[in-house]
Amino acid sequence: MSLPKWYELPPGIYIEGGKEAGKYQTGGWRTFKPEVDFNKCTSCMFCWIYCPDSSIITKEQKMVDINYDHCKGCGICAHECPVKAISMLEEERVL
Amino acid sequence: MKTINKKLIALEGNAAVALAMKQINPDVIAAYPITPQTEIVMYFSQYVADGVVDTEYVTVESEHSAMSACIGASASGARVMTATSSQGLALMWEMMYIASAARTPIVMPIVNRALSGPINIHGDHSDAMGARDSGWIMLFSENVQEAYDNTIQAIRIAEDPRVRLPVAVNLDGFITSHAVEVLETLPDEEVKAFVRESKPWGRTLLDVDNPITMGPVALTDSYMEFKRNQREVIDNVMPVILEIGEEFNKLTGRKYSIYEEYKLEDADVAIAVMNSTAGTTRVVVDELRNKGIKAGLLKLRVFRPFPYKELVEALSHLKAVAVLDKADSMGSLGGPLFGELRSAFYEAKNKPLMLNYIFGLGGRDVTPDLIHKAYKETYKVLETGRIPEKLYSYLGVRE
Repeated sequence: MSLPKWYELPPGIYIEGGKEAGKYQTGGWRTFKPEVDFNKCTSCMFCWIYCPDSSIITKEQKMVDINYDHCKGCGICAHECPVKAISMLEEERVL
Repeated sequence: MKTINKKLIALEGNAAVALAMKQINPDVIAAYPITPQTEIVMYFSQYVADGVVDTEYVTVESEHSAMSACIGASASGARVMTATSSQGLALMWEMMYIASAARTPIVMPIVNRALSGPINIHGDHSDAMGARDSGWIMLFSENVQEAYDNTIQAIRIAEDPRVRLPVAVNLDGFITSHAVEVLETLPDEEVKAFVRESKPWGRTLLDVDNPITMGPVALTDSYMEFKRNQREVIDNVMPVILEIGEEFNKLTGRKYSIYEEYKLEDADVAIAVMNSTAGTTRVVVDELRNKGIKAGLLKLRVFRPFPYKELVEALSHLKAVAVLDKADSMGSLGGPLFGELRSAFYEAKNKPLMLNYIFGLGGRDVTPDLIHKAYKETYKVLETGRIPEKLYSYLGVRE
């Protein structure tokens, strides 16, 4: 792929299209990985509200998974979860 | 020149700038008060409260936020203004680079004030000079009239499709901002017609049918191309500044160019200076001329982009030039204006001898006596041919 030359760039600093941030897979930054115990989860959606990376996957108003391509492992979901259904595990141990 | 109902009124610099802003009637202003700029935003907030402008006035908790809000508003296609001074400008620096790179045509009067430390509230150019590499166009104003006129012209310069860059309009803290002077103002409708309707340009954030991502990351493979692209834009704005100055001249009869010269044509020695000190220097030039001494003055209006070629052309016939900097650039050859002007002459065939005076720091009074001293010393160096080891010296310091 050939990248644009300086005079081929659009004026200013933008790129076409929205949701560009989704293309950057930032999950690799993670040290701790959130693991959900669905036996405890009540789908209260606190994790969905608090997640700064919109990495909580929902289906039919239920919390169903975590988007590990973008979750950076900040642990806010685990901290906020009122029923302690999310635990943060070191990536190495998970592997 | 068509007949328009111009009005002579007495206003202080800040009130004149605020009046220009009222007449421009920007869509958004996000600003934070700081001495000596405070009155600008104070007067403007009164206009907002009185309902005489349509502006959305965003109160923010700092200048960093003010500039951030301005960038966001401008990116959405709005006509945006703010104003600041000194530490406030320093707090904006991070965002100023983003404003110019994003090509957001924000117009910002800077009421020049010294940077700490030690803390000081009075006028010098250390604030503006610190932002000189931020990619903004920088205009300087000698007096209240020029501050008013430059603010109006800055809108057109910034928003010109060939430019689309932010513009800073500098005026000296207290000397210009708080001194009441008589100026000629334009009727509201003339300013409205001159600045034209604010039209969103290119791609804007609120165009939801054609979404863009603004301010994406550009690392080793792209950052340099973005900067080179930006360089090309600012390098080519001078003709636009001249064109708009010409149009403003037709409207008002007042001339605006890149610089203004005073008795420079047949001068031996000249002072090059920016902002209010040009007024004091003009008086001294007249006094010297009365004694038969061929002194001259060059007052620079456009500092960014720096008019290298034009200044060489304007000054190369002189025997000596004293460059007066109202800011120091610690550890460098001299003040910022001196460094750039001297460098401009490197390739020139005829080079005047060039000395640098750092003056007026922290609002230190600049008297005609001090300007006389600068001319006298420069003449002495010219006569003896003895160039001082240090090219800069402090004018008006206790020593």
